[in-house]
Amino acid sequence: MTALKASMAGTVLNILVAEGDAVTAGQAVITIESMKMEIPIEAEVGGKVEKIHVEVGSFVNEEDTLLTLGE
Amino acid sequence: MKKILIANRGEIARRIIRTCNRLGIDTVAIHSEADGDLPYVSEATEAVLIGPNPVVQSYLQMDKIIEEAKKRNVEAIHPGYGLLSENAQFARKVTEAGIVFIGPESSIIEKMGDKIESRKTMIEAGVPVVPGTEEGTRTLEEALEAAAGLGYPVMLKASSGGGGIGMVRCEDEQALSQQFAGVKNRAKAYFGDDVVFLEKFISDARHIEVQIFGDHHGNIVHLFERNCSVQRRNQKVIEESPSPHLPQDARERLCAAAVKAAEAVRYTNAGTVEFIVDKNNDFYFLEMNTRLQVEHPVTEEVTGWDLVEWQLKVAAGEALPQQETIGSKGHAIEYRIYAEDPKTFLPSPGKLGKVVWGKGARIETGYEEGNSVTPFYDPMISKIIIQGADRVEALAKSQKFFATAEITGLKTNIALFKNFIESQEFISGEYATAVLPQWMEKTKEEKKI
Repeated sequence: MTALKASMAGTVLNILVAEGDAVTAGQAVITIESMKMEIPIEAEVGGKVEKIHVEVGSFVNEEDTLLTLGE
Repeated sequence: MKKILIANRGEIARRIIRTCNRLGIDTVAIHSEADGDLPYVSEATEAVLIGPNPVVQSYLQMDKIIEEAKKRNVEAIHPGYGLLSENAQFARKVTEAGIVFIGPESSIIEKMGDKIESRKTMIEAGVPVVPGTEEGTRTLEEALEAAAGLGYPVMLKASSGGGGIGMVRCEDEQALSQQFAGVKNRAKAYFGDDVVFLEKFISDARHIEVQIFGDHHGNIVHLFERNCSVQRRNQKVIEESPSPHLPQDARERLCAAAVKAAEAVRYTNAGTVEFIVDKNNDFYFLEMNTRLQVEHPVTEEVTGWDLVEWQLKVAAGEALPQQETIGSKGHAIEYRIYAEDPKTFLPSPGKLGKVVWGKGARIETGYEEGNSVTPFYDPMISKIIIQGADRVEALAKSQKFFATAEITGLKTNIALFKNFIESQEFISGEYATAVLPQWMEKTKEEKKI
């Protein structure tokens, strides 16, 4: 299991995947809005989305876990 | 005027408070929860918590802000820049509440906020505009046909857009086809209106704007130009006045066109007319900003006038000085310090550790050591304005300033300025709007070798 963490503090603008989806490394999975900018957060590794820990509109701090990826 | 409310935050709220203090005007600051510790809140005569951190729940709460203004008996509201400053509905509501809106009439804000409408107004007034579509392009087919007529590359723009959001450069038919729906959706999401239009992309162009001012007695004046071509993500990073390599006759024509543009809408208060200027010094109207600009200190340094004071005077019905009495002396450059990665330009919110500035600059800052730059608002920390007898002196002072400038605790673009102001591109003054990304690309290549 790999935890995908927020690279910076901000508000979750979009969740581009659903639990159970297969994602590839480099694929944008969540968009965070920080300082009036939209920042796509990409999956560092490929895998299946096991759990999404945030929802649209939630505020995240840097290093907060956004979602966990399984095999 | 005895008391005003400032419907803004950070450095611009602080800047307005400073002039108000000098003029003996009381100020009411509004702030979100996250901004309670910022200097502007304690520096205002009164302060009120307006709401939670997201702007829609705080700084964009029109009715709540107006209610506070009434309760606290203010005579006028200053909107600053950004936020509600170019919101015609807010200006109208303020006026209807019997409070003076420090800015132009709501009908002017409305007209100039609509890019298609403002282009039409300028064409009628005889001000040259960038070749483009006269109306919005509703479908991709319409856009492709229009683009073929204009010639690629083209700029696809949201009519209600601004601040660098809602505009994309399209190199060819394929790019336009790919971008069309996205820009339309983005325009709808950000500005509530999905009308888009096309403009021809003018290459090697400079972005030069003219500061104008109008009073309620029919006098419209200009305060010369600012070159704002050093940009990243279509947003300004460095501005200077006078514009280097702009011949005197071109400068005069540009300023005259700006006054003509302002006269066409019987403009009042502070405004800026933005132009694209090509290699031959031919210029085209881009848009009009119906508010005080971020970069107004550049103009204040070369003209010697306090533009916030002018805004207050015009709002109170006083007359502006005549054009002949307004001069420009020396050279001024403004650098915007952003909380961002100097290479990727990605935001870097955080807490300010040590803040060390160099000497010989005017510093406009919304934050001091220990304050947090939060992810809820714009990444701008401070503006550094450096003035000299001429450009050479202003550049020398800039280099000295940035040699010792340092901010710890978060990433800033100070490191970028340290290098960029030593570059031939910037020193020569012969630069266009692509200068910063091009220079970064070049230095990256050189490092590889």
